[in-house]
Amino acid sequence: MLQLEPRLENSRVWIIATPVIAVLCTIIAGGAMFALLGINPVQATQTIFWAPLFDPELSAYARPQILVKAAPLILIAIGLSIGFRANIWNIGAEGQYVMGAIAAGAVGLAFYPLDAWYIFPLMFVAGLVGGAAWGFIPAMLKTRFGANEILVSLMLVYVAEHFLASVSLGFLRNPDGSGFPGSRNFQQYESAANPELIAGTGIHLGVIFAIFVVALAYALIRFHRFGYQVNLTGKSLRAARFSGVNPTKLTIACLCLSGALAGLAGMFELTGPAGQLTIDFNVGYGFTAIIVAFLGRLHPIGITAAGLLMALTYIGGELGQFMLNLPSAAIQAFQGMLLFFLLSLEFLTTYRIRFKLKRDA
Amino acid sequence: MKKILMLAAAFLLTASISSVADPLKVGFIYVGPTGDHGWTYEHDQGRIALEAALGDQIETSFVESVPEGADSERVLTQMALSGHDLIYTTSFGYMDPTINVAQKFPDVKFEHATGYKQADNVATYSARFYEGRAVIGHIAGRVTQSNVIGYIASFPIPEVIRGINSAYLHAKAVNPDVEMKIVWVFSWFDPAKEADAAQALIDQGADILMQHTDSPAAMNIAEDAGIFAFGQASDMSKFGPNAHLTAIINNWGPYYVERTNAVIDGTWTSGDTWDGIGAEMVKMGPMSDKIPAEVQQEAQALIAAIANGDYHPFTGPISRQDGSAWLNDGEIADDGTLLGMNFYVEGIEGDIPQ
Amino acid sequence: MRDVEFLGINPAVFLSTMVVAAMPVLLAAMGELIVEKSGVLNLGVEGLMIIGAVCGFIVSVETGSPVAGLLGALLAGAILAGIFGLLTQYFHASQVATGLALTLFGLGLSALLGQSYTGIRPPDFSIPNFGVLSELPVIGILLFSYDFLVYFSLALVVGIWWFLNHSRTGLALRAIGENHNAAHSLGYHVIRVRLVAILFGGACGGLGGAYLALIRVPQWTEGMTAGAGWIALALVVFGSWRPFRVVLGAFLFGGVTLLQLNLQALGIAINPAYLSMTPYIVTIAALVVISGMGSHASLRAPACLGKPFDATK
Repeated sequence: MLQLEPRLENSRVWIIATPVIAVLCTIIAGGAMFALLGINPVQATQTIFWAPLFDPELSAYARPQILVKAAPLILIAIGLSIGFRANIWNIGAEGQYVMGAIAAGAVGLAFYPLDAWYIFPLMFVAGLVGGAAWGFIPAMLKTRFGANEILVSLMLVYVAEHFLASVSLGFLRNPDGSGFPGSRNFQQYESAANPELIAGTGIHLGVIFAIFVVALAYALIRFHRFGYQVNLTGKSLRAARFSGVNPTKLTIACLCLSGALAGLAGMFELTGPAGQLTIDFNVGYGFTAIIVAFLGRLHPIGITAAGLLMALTYIGGELGQFMLNLPSAAIQAFQGMLLFFLLSLEFLTTYRIRFKLKRDA
Repeated sequence: MKKILMLAAAFLLTASISSVADPLKVGFIYVGPTGDHGWTYEHDQGRIALEAALGDQIETSFVESVPEGADSERVLTQMALSGHDLIYTTSFGYMDPTINVAQKFPDVKFEHATGYKQADNVATYSARFYEGRAVIGHIAGRVTQSNVIGYIASFPIPEVIRGINSAYLHAKAVNPDVEMKIVWVFSWFDPAKEADAAQALIDQGADILMQHTDSPAAMNIAEDAGIFAFGQASDMSKFGPNAHLTAIINNWGPYYVERTNAVIDGTWTSGDTWDGIGAEMVKMGPMSDKIPAEVQQEAQALIAAIANGDYHPFTGPISRQDGSAWLNDGEIADDGTLLGMNFYVEGIEGDIPQ
Repeated sequence: MRDVEFLGINPAVFLSTMVVAAMPVLLAAMGELIVEKSGVLNLGVEGLMIIGAVCGFIVSVETGSPVAGLLGALLAGAILAGIFGLLTQYFHASQVATGLALTLFGLGLSALLGQSYTGIRPPDFSIPNFGVLSELPVIGILLFSYDFLVYFSLALVVGIWWFLNHSRTGLALRAIGENHNAAHSLGYHVIRVRLVAILFGGACGGLGGAYLALIRVPQWTEGMTAGAGWIALALVVFGSWRPFRVVLGAFLFGGVTLLQLNLQALGIAINPAYLSMTPYIVTIAALVVISGMGSHASLRAPACLGKPFDATK
């Protein structure tokens, strides 16, 4: 009889080994799927995992692009993870991302066409406040009325999406865009742009900011009182109360923090790679980041690794599409498998498998 | 050693031969899945037609469901890096990314659908779908019994508004009592919502449906309700054998063949193409026998007049919704106004949502 | 013949359309209700629905029998939900993350499976013949104009209500959702009950998807659920985990959407973008109101919702 037994301490060996095993399992299961579709499985998995990193023609461009694609995921996931550690479940980062971008965009466009150094910093603040405010709503409803923050934050995603459609057709629509939906392009408005820092790489301020936030989060969790409170609350609310944690304040802090980081991710994405606020501005970073946070075991380093892995499969998947004619649906299913394996094998780090003879029953 | 040299020589030889007949690499980037049975589906049909026409001379590839914005710019860059010579970017939102990437790869040719920004290596193309709308407007005006035409619209953008105006003007011209009811669903693709919108229009007395959304849901509803509808983007008669009167078909194949050939010949230049029924970029589907023969004849005559340039669907006198004059008698709308059209013509009720 | 009208809308026609429009989300929400009552949060409803839609479609096209299609959808939804159950209940994976991964996987897999099934009309779903009854004014449209799945779904709602409130298993399920540690020490098989609930939820989600692809909009197109799964999740909350309120919520939700489309068709000026937000805002408001009534324990979310259970700890 197989039995799971919790480990006293997470196994360091398995922390490294499980993702490797999960990737191998995915290659086998995904390979079988590709073979069924009549695609060479070796070539397919090689293109997804290998080509973006080592293909002689593409890797020089694809490598930094992995960082660019991973940056918003990591930024959002870091914010979420701090709340998740305290059992505060913000799953509405997608909405906070959208509202941060809208707030930043509105501030930037209000100054158009003024050329001044302070516009971008103001947009930064607007993105932060926009996201934090959208995160504050579930926090307030939770602390005042006890409304479940999972559900409120999720509902607010849809409100934000409809609001986005409305503003990109309405008051933020580019007046010089001959009636087409979407705002002005921020890449073409220098004072509001978040341009490429190193030519040809696509690396922008948001990537640097994400790295900075990872370091900050690490320090926060490791050394700061707030990090200690968060962890304690996650383990036992009672113990936390005894040691002087104010759950109301902590809930508000966590939701606003994760909202702010999501809002900033939206702001950096809007002013940099995306350029424009359109009806389809959001592409699901807020939801993917939840998965990234869990895959990274809510730890800043783990989240960074998980974010990079997700970004790699996105970019490798695109290469697979035009190099091997893989359908995008197959890549989506492949990513789903990868997530399943990563999530299902995670227990190896926290549990020990014991073979036992069944005595009772 | 000798063997190795021979092998190397053979390798070099084949390499040089293959580079002589090196096929032109043509890439496509799609905003939706190829199975959407609407916008992206028809572009992919164009790609397949291109492969059939040019065979070994070319090699095509595509990336589907690429969000507009940052992701599209990355995909385009990677396509250019991996040796594509010509790339079709098939959605309006790819406009700025296409221009950005084109700047970095002056040797790669780009063709952007439905946009208005060109460059030395970026051409734009679009179809005059409003010509097809004129034809279905005419048919609807003649066929309707209840004098209520239902129109399922996606987003209030010039392309959609132009289509509504064109259909309305031509229905009104043959049936002064006709009324057009417009429902905005704020989505390009949401079968359930499109079905609800179709049902709402039927409940409000519409006996003919038109749509500017991508899914064939409304056709299904029309079939079940025993009323008529027109196919959008592709022939949808399979979804409503009795309801389907005809369809406005996006026919990109001929354009793709022509432009790709131009690249092969070295005669490609940038430019703007806005073709309609005349160049067969817009095609009308087969007419259902539910359309009376004389109406079919009228419709064919209208198609022919539009095709040979004798008639422009926006020919004055036409007034705006508020009653102010837009086009004088005999005046033809200029393309600039059409491209940015943001007003209803006189007679349409309701406001364009903001 | 037209009956009484308000603002040019025939209420009987409107209501009957609303019932049909609400069915897919209603079925999925009923499944999720049971799952959540057992203390599990499965955010993958969208994935379950789309898999049900495609499998139901394929089976009914291949066999020519819509009923076989429904069974196929039921099974496919349950299998996919089984993966979720396995991961969350046995491998202790996070429910939130696994649910989201389930949606991603379901959307991809359904698109793959359905590749060669676009552009086909599935076999027709017959509407039972009620004879004279369906000829009756108002009542005929309102009560006797539906396919049998509508009646089945409404019976299912009653069944679930009875199960949760009057059956021993149902009470056990609720006890597990409220306090799994206490339920465990009373000898209930927490994991096993939850797994069954998850499978049931999957089957209902699959059935909801199949309703969409076989009856509501008889066709298969990639991504055709277009967010219905998320609405189902919202409905469970809106209905404060009570079957009849969930039904009411589904009708209201479908009704608001339908009403705004009808008002547009009537030419009444409203802003669709803002009106589309209202169902979500109303749901949040409902949540706040029911959460505010803290003393009514029956209105709250199951206390163990989303919390992992581990008998060994």
